[in-house]
Amino acid sequence: MNKGAKKTLTKLIIAVPLMFAFGFALVPLYDIFCEVTGLNGKVSQSEYSDELVTDSGRPIALQFISTNNENMPWTFEPSEQVMKIETGKYHTATFYVKNTTNRKMVAQAVPSVAPSNAAAHLKKLECFCFEQQELMPGEDALLPVKLLVSNDLPSNIKNVILSYTIFDITDYNDEAMAHHDMGME
Amino acid sequence: MSAVIENHHDDHHHGPAKGLTRWLYTTNHKDIGTLYLWFSFAMFLVGGAMAMIIRAELFQPGMQIVEPEFYNQMITLHGLIMIFGGVMPAFVGLANWLIPMQIGAPDMALPRMNNLSFWILPFAFFILLSSLFMEGGAPNFGWTFYAPLSTEYAPPSTTFFIFSVHIMGASSIMGSINVVVTIMNMRAPGISLMKMPLFVWSWLITAYLLIAVMPVLAGAVTMMLMDIHFGTSFFNAAGGGDPVLFQHIFWFFGHPEVYIMILPAFGIVSHIIETFSRKKLFGHSSMVWAMLSIAILSFVVWAHHMFTVGLPLAAEIFFMWATMLIAVPTGVKVFNWVATMFRGSISFETPMLFAVAFVVLFTIGGLSGLMLAIVPADFQYHDTYFVVAHFHYVLVPGAIFSIMAAVYYWIPKWTGNMYDERLGRLHFWLSFIGVNVTFFPQHFIGLAGMPRRYPDYALQFADWNMVSSVGAFLFGFSQLLFLFIVLKTVMGGKKATGQVWEGAKGLEWSVASPAPYHTFSTPPKVD
Repeated sequence: MNKGAKKTLTKLIIAVPLMFAFGFALVPLYDIFCEVTGLNGKVSQSEYSDELVTDSGRPIALQFISTNNENMPWTFEPSEQVMKIETGKYHTATFYVKNTTNRKMVAQAVPSVAPSNAAAHLKKLECFCFEQQELMPGEDALLPVKLLVSNDLPSNIKNVILSYTIFDITDYNDEAMAHHDMGME
Repeated sequence: MSAVIENHHDDHHHGPAKGLTRWLYTTNHKDIGTLYLWFSFAMFLVGGAMAMIIRAELFQPGMQIVEPEFYNQMITLHGLIMIFGGVMPAFVGLANWLIPMQIGAPDMALPRMNNLSFWILPFAFFILLSSLFMEGGAPNFGWTFYAPLSTEYAPPSTTFFIFSVHIMGASSIMGSINVVVTIMNMRAPGISLMKMPLFVWSWLITAYLLIAVMPVLAGAVTMMLMDIHFGTSFFNAAGGGDPVLFQHIFWFFGHPEVYIMILPAFGIVSHIIETFSRKKLFGHSSMVWAMLSIAILSFVVWAHHMFTVGLPLAAEIFFMWATMLIAVPTGVKVFNWVATMFRGSISFETPMLFAVAFVVLFTIGGLSGLMLAIVPADFQYHDTYFVVAHFHYVLVPGAIFSIMAAVYYWIPKWTGNMYDERLGRLHFWLSFIGVNVTFFPQHFIGLAGMPRRYPDYALQFADWNMVSSVGAFLFGFSQLLFLFIVLKTVMGGKKATGQVWEGAKGLEWSVASPAPYHTFSTPPKVD
């Protein structure tokens, strides 16, 4: 093999693992993209800010949707289906959960906002979706979410939907993973 | 391109080894090309048999022949086998046979890797097909294997599927590296890049695409493997992952893959139309630029497969326009082929019949692709038989017709014998009618709303489905005639001359027929 061929070969052999790594790099890139654009309801926790709070808000409807992922037996529902809120003010909403089983379970709620261009204007000061919920058999709880819809919300949006899907992640705990049968049953 | 007829180098000329080990240990590009071509033919028949089962079940509404679970396994394996086992290895086989001969090189640059890249393929497909006999059955989530259907809800055999995709990927990557190194470094003196024959050009671009995207596919299936077995959550929303992420990664591979399966066809058809029009190809360099533009654009259109997942409006508009932009270089190619035929002295031997049918039918597939690119229309067409009709029009009378055309065109060079022209034309007409009767009605039932990937359907779709199935049986069984013609040509027939076709130009026609085991041991002189 001549020198030129060796050089081409080396370049190509380097390109292969780089592209393999690029495939994995798409994962954080995708997350960053979603966070920046607010797509997929990927809203992160925001700090309390006086600048966002104003007196001259406008009224909008904030709707709540709760969904149980497949095989998730808990009761999970919003305390109110719709809240009339004002932009530029902090509001607190609650969700009721109850572990209806006779075993200890861990849950994780994943939020989503519709329409997607409202997501960036929804500022969550605290949310149960930022942490996991662990409930004893039969235990119930009221989960709070404290949020503000900023005044910058596009004026054509009069109705914002905040949806949560609750997942059973008991088996995802490290300890339980050891006993997890790797899905090969 | 004119070339000096190659002298025979009898001093160090030796033939192939004898017996089975010739094929196991061979590093000869012609032997490996033959292996690839026969392997892809076998896979074409296996995948075709699965298509027959699918069309038999869809002959009438209601469940007649197979269980729904088995039907899902059939559509999955049909897609995977036809793409990774049929079309791609066939093109690699043609690359092996033709690239060294077209650029005046003695062999591929990396002959041992060439042997390896072929011989891991049968194992990949053995693993994939063996999943049919495993508990829980073969993969049943469609060839696009969207998560979480292919992770959380998948049969246990999915792990075998993942490993078989890894092996297929390794094979493709090695094959592509070989092609690039060969083309970039082993051209005979005088063949500059812009003077390269178009089949070589098309494969150079294809090989770069493969090196760029096959590792991404390997990454995607590796993430699936980790989600299934190691508790990660790449695609699992419960653990913070996202199923839509899978579709982005998959189609980042998947859309360039679509062009991987059509660019070599462009090269083949250009050669055949040039030869049988007895004219110089119209717009050689614009053909090259068109292929390059298509390849580059293929990286920025992936989300047009995902218009219905809830993309923001800006993204939908971007991907719609980027997709439509691809019609421009593709249109350039179609016009160049037509302009080459214009006022040519055309004769319609079998390769030319397939090539002309390619131009017409591929254009139909391209135009239905443009319809699908329109976002609001796609919301209606998404996951209907219209999509099935579209991609079968670009793959069957597109990619597969070009492969058949290539076999008829070059088989006299490979075997030294002419194929039976009468039978060849019969095969063409049966295939041409069969393919159109199969897939044209699928446009109608798709527009009427029949969803894809179901074993049963509503009564109003019954008539066109029956027509489609009749066409599929005609097309399917005609391929046994193709097998017969190829075997007959290998066994014997009218002896072919070195040039074979009156209008044929290019280095591969300057050597004897059949091509000697070793060609161009010393580079030919090209002006």
